[in-house]
Amino acid sequence: MIPIAWYLVLSGILFSIGVAAFLIKRNIITVFMSIELMLNAVNLTFIAFTRHWSQVTGHLQVSGQIFVFFVMVVAAAEAAVGLAIIIAVFRARNTLNVDQVDLMKL
Amino acid sequence: MHLALFIIFGALCVAGALNLLFQRHPINSALSLIVVMSSLAVLYLLLGAEFLAAAQVIVYSGAIMVLFTFVIMLLNAGAEERTHGSKMAYIAGIPGAAILVALLTFVFLSNRGSFAQARIGDYLVTTRDLSQVLFRDLLLPFEVTSVLILIAILGAVALARKEH
Repeated sequence: MIPIAWYLVLSGILFSIGVAAFLIKRNIITVFMSIELMLNAVNLTFIAFTRHWSQVTGHLQVSGQIFVFFVMVVAAAEAAVGLAIIIAVFRARNTLNVDQVDLMKL
Repeated sequence: MHLALFIIFGALCVAGALNLLFQRHPINSALSLIVVMSSLAVLYLLLGAEFLAAAQVIVYSGAIMVLFTFVIMLLNAGAEERTHGSKMAYIAGIPGAAILVALLTFVFLSNRGSFAQARIGDYLVTTRDLSQVLFRDLLLPFEVTSVLILIAILGAVALARKEH
């Protein structure tokens, strides 16, 4: 038996590492990967709260897990489009460093 | 049993995330992110989300990370170099993240008493339970996501295409 709060603390740690990686990393692909890490941390929170809510109400609750399902679908779509944009930026600029990609115009 | 699994895979998650943060080469970061996502699947299973644990392995560590690895290899990305911007980000980012961790940990642990206790096997959400909600009450949103995926595929093809 372990408290749900521990899962929430773990997801808080993962989210903060994602924020730090988002700020510190200079490679555009790694910045994008840290966004995926933050999404995963939030998914863990959703599942932990689903479990908590089931226990509080006394019967099975699935809404939180439905949320996670939709987050996964959107994350898959977002990864496909984001990586295509990264390829387009690399073709135009010949660099992956975010410091050198600071204009909206390609 | 539950505590041991939580500590092992939770530590693996945090170690993988820190490795993502401190590795310089993007391929090392991508591989450590796969470790994080696979360990999260075990934690989902401990919380009774069996369908999402399988989907996490198939969609995240399978599809999305393979896409990332392909793009890293396609663009032949090398180790990142340190710049003035990255020094500024270290100064602002590390304390900011530390404050965020401290704040979240304080909030969750000070309200520990009001949270439920998780035990393996209680309130297991099966694929059947999930699909009954997804295909009955939420049929329209589910179908709309297929349109979203279609648009994303078309957008990815249009953006990544070579222009002549």
